[in-house]
Amino acid sequence: MNIHNYEKIWLVLAMVMIIGFISTVVYGATAVGIEMISDEPDTIDSTALDEDDRFSEPRVEKVGDNEYEAYVIAQQFIFRPDPITVPANSTVTFYVTSPDVIHGFEVVGTNANTMVIPGEVSQLTVEFNEPGEYGILCNEYCGGGHHTMEGKLIVQPEDEFEQGGNDE
Amino acid sequence: MSEELTGAPTFLDKFPQEAAVVRAALWSSFIALTLGAVFGIIQALHRTDILRVIDSTDYYTVLTAHGVLMVISFTIFFLVGAFTWAIVRSFDRNVEDIRYTWTWYGMMVTGTLMAVVAILGGFVDSIDLSADVLYTFYAPLQGHPLFYGGLAIFLIGTWLAGADWFRSWRAWKAENPDERIPLQAFMVLTTMLMWYIASIGITIAVVGFLLPWSLGIIEQVNPLLTRTLFWFWGHPVVYFWLMPAYLLWYTVLPTVAGGRLFSDPLGRVVFVLFLLLSTPVGIHHQYVDPGIASGFKLIAMTNTMFLLLPSLLTAFTVVASVEHAARQRGGTGLLGWLRALPWRDPAFTGMMLAGLMFAAGGFSGMINAGMNINYLIHNTLWVPGHFHLTVGTAVALTMMAATYWLWPQLSNRRLFSRPIGLAQVVIWFVGMALMSNAMHIQGLFGIPRRTAEPQYQGFDFATTFGSVTELNMQLAVGGTLLFISTVLFVGNIALSTGTPKLSGLGEELTEPLSAAHDSPEILDNLKLWFGIAFVLVILAYMLPLASIISRGGVFGPGVDPVPVIAEPIRVGIQPLVASVEPTVSRVIAVVGSVVQ
Repeated sequence: MNIHNYEKIWLVLAMVMIIGFISTVVYGATAVGIEMISDEPDTIDSTALDEDDRFSEPRVEKVGDNEYEAYVIAQQFIFRPDPITVPANSTVTFYVTSPDVIHGFEVVGTNANTMVIPGEVSQLTVEFNEPGEYGILCNEYCGGGHHTMEGKLIVQPEDEFEQGGNDE
Repeated sequence: MSEELTGAPTFLDKFPQEAAVVRAALWSSFIALTLGAVFGIIQALHRTDILRVIDSTDYYTVLTAHGVLMVISFTIFFLVGAFTWAIVRSFDRNVEDIRYTWTWYGMMVTGTLMAVVAILGGFVDSIDLSADVLYTFYAPLQGHPLFYGGLAIFLIGTWLAGADWFRSWRAWKAENPDERIPLQAFMVLTTMLMWYIASIGITIAVVGFLLPWSLGIIEQVNPLLTRTLFWFWGHPVVYFWLMPAYLLWYTVLPTVAGGRLFSDPLGRVVFVLFLLLSTPVGIHHQYVDPGIASGFKLIAMTNTMFLLLPSLLTAFTVVASVEHAARQRGGTGLLGWLRALPWRDPAFTGMMLAGLMFAAGGFSGMINAGMNINYLIHNTLWVPGHFHLTVGTAVALTMMAATYWLWPQLSNRRLFSRPIGLAQVVIWFVGMALMSNAMHIQGLFGIPRRTAEPQYQGFDFATTFGSVTELNMQLAVGGTLLFISTVLFVGNIALSTGTPKLSGLGEELTEPLSAAHDSPEILDNLKLWFGIAFVLVILAYMLPLASIISRGGVFGPGVDPVPVIAEPIRVGIQPLVASVEPTVSRVIAVVGSVVQ
């Protein structure tokens, strides 16, 4: 097969570029430590969230020094709890699930973004450094009221954060 | 392109029965395009809050109709028309049985009508008919059985169409045992093999789960499973849209430019690569899905990046062919040859602009494919911004531009107006440049896709440059231009049916500079490539699907259907305070998702 020289050069450059892209993504996933949403934890019966310790009462819970877990329900057309309140300088692991249809959980203006699928629990760990307020929105169509589905995330200064003030 | 009549017979002269099928398929395609454009402009003006003629709950009916009509009906009807033309033309023989050909066309029309009726039923509250499930119909959102049934019948129609073309190949091969498959036919056949493999996913999802579920035969489905099966098909389908455009770029564009294709063998290699790589990548649509291990996502990412290769090779071949044409026409200089090209020809200019925009779409696609940076733009308006460059321009504009060349071959009539055609393709390009640019930027600010009112009570979007209002204006102006362009296109073709019939409008396609016999014969071994493609798909999907089923079960871990037939549940969530927050602080990347 006759391949023109320019074509060969182009082919090599194309391969270099592709391998370059793959390398940057792998670098981000390993060295920088940006983990993908994964298959942890196990599935859940979405028709019986009330019977699950984590989701019967959606909340933020302290689990260690500056470490928190947030159990969040995304449902037609609200997030629970709302607002979600966490302290600054903390690491928060979100567990998000849905009792009805597929939703999105996006902390606006950040890269905290996951699909929420009934029967599955999305787990993502986020570091909060400074106090502030963020919008949360659903970014997957979930029914006629989809555009009204929003919530709020408040990152409080550490000294103002009160444990237990997060219940609905 | 010369204006004198060459006297060559047209496709219509040689194959009148087949030309009628091709014209019918193209008309079906253009009717879908027109309706899709009406729904498109309603959306563009609604979500930017410039003009709201419908309720926001009906927005999702409009969005479902826009998506299905544009990317299923418009593109695939055009594809079956163009592929029938390409097969009949390149084998230079009639279809084996024209009644069979009309049968699959009829099935596709029936399927489309069923699905469209189910979707449009969403506008009428008094009847229990609705399918506001969007183009992706993710369970547990449940549409009317008519929607899934229509989809199934449409799909079967496309399979039968493919069988028609394979039949032609077998008959041709029996008479020409030692010849290489003509390039156009090769492209059609490899594309259809890819389509058959891709269809496995959607067939299981629709026929195995969603249709019986919508009929109440099974009570629950596993939403992650049906979603994964959707994307098993959902990524290769984008190449199904793209391959007719590639076929036209490889075989029609060089002729229209006044030259010859640079390399036939390279065209074959590219189509084989698409057959192999199009399907084992679908999980890249599910980078942020729970329930799928990150290792599977990494594999999908790697495969996806390699899919850039055939497109980069195509960019080389197409530009080389066009440059060759320009030099044949007397063009000189490093870039001066560009001036020698037939820019007044809407078919040429349209396809070139489509190709240019595909390059931009390719780059935004690389961002989507970048697994970790995808967090930033997943399900934001960036994503429709991306695919309006690819399917919405590279594919759609190429199809429209090629129609300007193809239509006289199918009808023995000249185009009603070439200047209007030229204006049309330029308006499309400008309109899409504005709309897509605004969508990409809004996506970077986190503004979501698929929503009637991206205006929230409790927070504002932080903008780094421009304002949301400015970008909304840009989006709306772009969308309006696209609508105008569609009207000009369909109007031009409709008026062309009234121009006088001429004889001798035929234009032969030119032969490649480097012909098929320069390539190894193994390239034409379709069984081999189909086998490898099949194995790759099994390798890519066996473990993820097994894992999803073992985790959640075939019918799900307990998930009830949520029919969209009923009025949506309205939950009172009046915000306590509609506060306007200072936005600057949000720009700072305080949040970084990390370890676990």
